[in-house]
Amino acid sequence: MQASAKTTSARSTSSILLDLARRYSVLLILLAIGLIFTIGSDRFLTPDNLMNIALQTSIIAIIAIGMTFVMLTAGIDLSVGSVVALCGALAAGLAVQQELGTYLGIVLALVAGAVVGLVNGLLIVKGKMPPFVATLSTLAVARGLTLVYTEGRPISGIDERFIFLGSGQILGIAAPVIILAIVFVIAYIVLRSTRYGNYVYATGGNEEISRLAGIRTSVITLSVYIISGFLAALGGVLLTARLWSAQPNAAVGLELDAIAAPVLGGVSLFGGVGGVTGAVVGAFILGILSNGLNLMGVPSFWQQVIKGVVLILAVMLDVLTKRRR
Amino acid sequence: MTETNSFLRMEGISKSFPGVQALQEVNFEVSKGEVHALVGENGAGKSTLMKVLTGAQKPDEGQIFLRGEEVDINSPSDSQELGISMIHQELSLIPYLTVGKNVYLGREPRRSIPGFVDWKTLYLQTQELLDQLNLDVKARADVSDLSIAQQQMVEVAKALSLDADLIAMDEPTSSLTDKETEILFEVMRRLREQGVAIIFITHRLEEVFEVSDRITILRDGRHIATAPTAELSQNKVVQLMVGREMDNMYPFSETEQRGVVLQTTDLHDGHELHGVSLELHGGEILGVAGLIGAGRTALAETLFGLRQATAGEIKIAGEALKLRSPKQAIKQGLGFVPEDRKLQGLFLNMAVRENITISSTSLVSNFGFLSSVKANALAGDHVEKLDIRTPGLRQRVRNLSGGNQQKVVIARWLTLKPQVLILDEPTRGVDVGAKAEIHGLMRQLAQEGVAVLMISSELPEVIGVSDRIIVMHEGRVTGRFHRNDASQDAIMHAATGGENNAS
Repeated sequence: MQASAKTTSARSTSSILLDLARRYSVLLILLAIGLIFTIGSDRFLTPDNLMNIALQTSIIAIIAIGMTFVMLTAGIDLSVGSVVALCGALAAGLAVQQELGTYLGIVLALVAGAVVGLVNGLLIVKGKMPPFVATLSTLAVARGLTLVYTEGRPISGIDERFIFLGSGQILGIAAPVIILAIVFVIAYIVLRSTRYGNYVYATGGNEEISRLAGIRTSVITLSVYIISGFLAALGGVLLTARLWSAQPNAAVGLELDAIAAPVLGGVSLFGGVGGVTGAVVGAFILGILSNGLNLMGVPSFWQQVIKGVVLILAVMLDVLTKRRR
Repeated sequence: MTETNSFLRMEGISKSFPGVQALQEVNFEVSKGEVHALVGENGAGKSTLMKVLTGAQKPDEGQIFLRGEEVDINSPSDSQELGISMIHQELSLIPYLTVGKNVYLGREPRRSIPGFVDWKTLYLQTQELLDQLNLDVKARADVSDLSIAQQQMVEVAKALSLDADLIAMDEPTSSLTDKETEILFEVMRRLREQGVAIIFITHRLEEVFEVSDRITILRDGRHIATAPTAELSQNKVVQLMVGREMDNMYPFSETEQRGVVLQTTDLHDGHELHGVSLELHGGEILGVAGLIGAGRTALAETLFGLRQATAGEIKIAGEALKLRSPKQAIKQGLGFVPEDRKLQGLFLNMAVRENITISSTSLVSNFGFLSSVKANALAGDHVEKLDIRTPGLRQRVRNLSGGNQQKVVIARWLTLKPQVLILDEPTRGVDVGAKAEIHGLMRQLAQEGVAVLMISSELPEVIGVSDRIIVMHEGRVTGRFHRNDASQDAIMHAATGGENNAS
């Protein structure tokens, strides 16, 4: 007993440091990268550029929040990139070509995103398909539908109210950043304080145990894909608004960033661990990397390599600090 | 026992699965304020009976009466509402949630805003339950940070939070040390005084006799007997369980001892071992007793190259070695049957044949290509030699019983003809019949000259099976006994820190 007490106290200082490192390892990485870029480019740490980063990151961060819900249940949603394109096109097309008006067009596009999520969820819950395969299939279907709907051509001509969502400002803050803040706060409260949020963690922690505890895990699973689909659609609407037009080939491969962001932020791919704060921080790490590397004039081909290496380092740091428990 | 006293009565319960009659007109009855032990070999129907009780399985026939009234239990939530709570062998806690969240999972106290949880109340109530059980556990701690024993107690707290009148415990002591088991028994006795009915399922008959009031024995899906514990003896219960007389649970035959095969001197691992010296002879079974955390598994893992020795010496066949990997240890003729066979010992989704031959692929291949014929022959030999009961060599190991799974692990090592076989809790979760067979197997290996090192938390097993016994406490050897001098008291004394050298 005495011996063990002695080792605990001797270890405590370093273990507290490790504990801090583990809890805030992503934030440390974020700060470290920020510091490197501040030294590397005098244009990095300016209010304009920081707002620019926030604007560029907001769409991916919103989608990463949806992805976090899915990953917390030990699932994955590969279809988000295609849903962004499909719903971005639908919003513009319904508003302009079908002349339903901006607001109705956007609302229907958001509903469409939720429907794709519902289909994902049904394939997984009722069809017993692994999430990877189910959403890989809807990735293809949604991308195909986008090309069919747009006939492979961009849709432009959206009105000012639509454009405002992407480029407008309220009190000097870009609209997408405000929308991200709203989504983040709601998601944070839902996961932290509600029964539903608790059940999302429980389902991902152990589905069978949760089911036996009377939680309708199939409903939980279904719901997280609907959330992911809805937020991906929101991302699509914002992307269309920012580009002033819907591109049929928009957001190809975006699912990789949407998955990388939560992973960077400590959300476990095996479910039950992590939160939306990590996901947003992870998205900002990715955003700052692109921005800073651009400012420093690093060729875009190399930027991909560096992003991948940072992902590896971040996850390794996470694994190392966890192993020391 | 009069009927008015009975809290639960299950009558004429039958249940069949494709190809198996799991339960056949079983009657079972539990009174308020009693600990009722339910025993039987694996496959006797205990689990199925409990599944029927908790609504996880629907019986083909039969009725259930609770508090004298017939009830219909269709789902686990039905049984919960009726005040029945089940503590499963596989713990049903979610590791990354807090203790409080686990205890009240699905039943969180609500706040006035719909959908929101009142965390404060939840943690307060949980802490009250934990304190009531005298547990040094915080309601806000993550379950993954608790020991198995603490998790077990959290399960009890969960059952209490449900205001359960009937708590069924399936093998609750299988991963507890003797001390922790004693704490659990105390809790069980206290609950009994409060009028809670407890169904206690276990393979350890010593425990049945320590804590239960009555015993019901099942065999092959039938009810064999129910009697007050005081009127039964261990031998009688074993006889009823297996349907034949077993005059001695631990038959012992002296083996001729040979020279020292493995020797350690002042072994440290820089962590849990603080100077372990031992000698292991060919042809003997050396039992290693001690409480959980005493460093027994650390010793086994260091000998097997899974951990590195930081000081001290390991000699195999007189030669000092630095073991850096299991591969090296295997080369030196060591085998290791780990504590958790499902996690560390077996490829559950692979066939019996592959599980047996995977460490000796060179024996079952031609020019680097695996040979089905050779694999069948090697695996078939061992299935026969160890009497592994499996429908075939291609059967997935997942589908075998615990005892037969353990034999598959042992068979894998035997294909390598080891000089030293280390077994960590070899009979945990194994039924009485298979247990005796594994003991017999260890003895047979010893007779063939193998040096056997057996770690066990079950004192009767250690004393009954070993030629010599060492007892560990906080990383040191605190007792050495010859089988004739060993007693449970003396071993416990050494295991809790008292020095003792009887031999």
